[in-house]
Amino acid sequence: MKRLLIALFCILSLPVFANEPTATTAEATDSEAFSPGEMILHHIGDSHEWHWFSTDRDDHYTTYLPIIAYRSGKGLSVFSSRNLAEGKEYDGLKLEHEHLEAEDGSKVYDFSITKNVASLMLSALLLVVVFTTVARGYAKRGTGAPKGIQSFFEPIIVFVRDEVAKKSIGPKYKRYMPYLLTVFFFIWFNNLLGLLPGGANLTGNIAVTLTLALLTLLITLFSSNKNYWHHIFATPGVPKALLPIMIPVELIGILVKPFSLMVRLFANITAGHIVILSFVSLIFIFRNVGVAPVTLAFGLFINMLELLVAILQAYIFTLLTAMYIGGAVEEHHDADYQMGGGEGADNAHANHAH
Amino acid sequence: MPPLVTPEFGLIFWQLVIFGIVLLLLRKFAWKPILSALNEREDSIENALRMASQAKLEMQALQAGNEKLLAEARLERDRILKEATDVSNKLIEQAKNKATEEGGRMINQAREAIQNEKNAALAEVKNTAAQLSIDIAERILRRELVDTASQKELVNSYLKEVKLN
Repeated sequence: MKRLLIALFCILSLPVFANEPTATTAEATDSEAFSPGEMILHHIGDSHEWHWFSTDRDDHYTTYLPIIAYRSGKGLSVFSSRNLAEGKEYDGLKLEHEHLEAEDGSKVYDFSITKNVASLMLSALLLVVVFTTVARGYAKRGTGAPKGIQSFFEPIIVFVRDEVAKKSIGPKYKRYMPYLLTVFFFIWFNNLLGLLPGGANLTGNIAVTLTLALLTLLITLFSSNKNYWHHIFATPGVPKALLPIMIPVELIGILVKPFSLMVRLFANITAGHIVILSFVSLIFIFRNVGVAPVTLAFGLFINMLELLVAILQAYIFTLLTAMYIGGAVEEHHDADYQMGGGEGADNAHANHAH
Repeated sequence: MPPLVTPEFGLIFWQLVIFGIVLLLLRKFAWKPILSALNEREDSIENALRMASQAKLEMQALQAGNEKLLAEARLERDRILKEATDVSNKLIEQAKNKATEEGGRMINQAREAIQNEKNAALAEVKNTAAQLSIDIAERILRRELVDTASQKELVNSYLKEVKLN
């Protein structure tokens, strides 16, 4: 949507370019040559200010966000990022490609409320408001039929409970429901917010997906039982001689699972944004209004696809998290094949029968 | 490392803090009440369904009971009717028997009475005959003294009289 708006804006501004004298156009091209890679990276990356849009006359519509920096010698310093705009220095700090650095080269811990952090807070507020409203619906109507927002979210909550948690974790699913539901709606809401015009690319940020994957890893490790470790250090059916190879492989496997979670979400969301931005860039590259319909059509198509990807990635992250937890809490049988039953469980039962 | 795949320390910190707060808040104020309400509703629906099927079974049992009761009542009625018929038949039979007996008895009595009357009549006839004989004999005895021929005539006339009587 953001890109669509930009595209629209570009189309509107194109005639202006066309009417300008050739010399001015050439100058403009020289002074600010359009680099799609830079533009795209800027849009999918984090920023210390919330930039909404700019006009031809170099008017920037920007919300400046607070900078919070900690340096071991100077302690905490808090100020507006307006002070650092366009390469300015303030309090011995400057922004180098959106990276906060000290003038004297000392280490800076950047706790700034960046665009992503602001978006994160917004989504947190949204999540709390939406789901306490849903909960109020249950308090009000008791066991009656759901209504309004409650009836919209109920099937999704029931789906996460029945299709994701119960099937993947088994009888101990109840303990993990709060985490699974929160992760699912957190990712979904933020994916959608990222598609809004001016929205931040939060779920396409490696720090965010890293944190979520780390939480999944910690929950998996803390809920793991004897069986889980038994299968890692003494994988059943593997000859003793192979164990020196198998144990490192299994240990790497513990880390690969959350790593894949991290990369999958990050790459899917970022890739979607990059594709849309690339279509928008086509207008600037060709400098031709004829490209706009193509850009619009493809941009719209990708945006629709992104709406699907938004919920799909939330589902996949939640499902895999549930499966990893399921693998860690599973008892004895069918643990060695596949967490979460299904074919693996059937195989295991068949093997027991033999 | 390119900035795109370099996790920013600050964002990890905020993500941990804010996600943690959201998780705790939602767990307490959203997920727990929502999930328990869902469970409650599912239980109540299950209960309602179970009760409905139970009620259906009870209805069927009731109907079967009614039919059984009806069949029993019918049997009872038949039995009572049969008994009544039997009793009435018996009564009629008894009455008949009694009537026959009474009739027989009465006939016997009549017969006896007739016999008695006959005997009495015979006795009276005998008496009368004896009286007559005595009378005749008396008269003969009186008349003998007069004439034998006329005696005979007299006897005959008496005898004629007797026959006429």
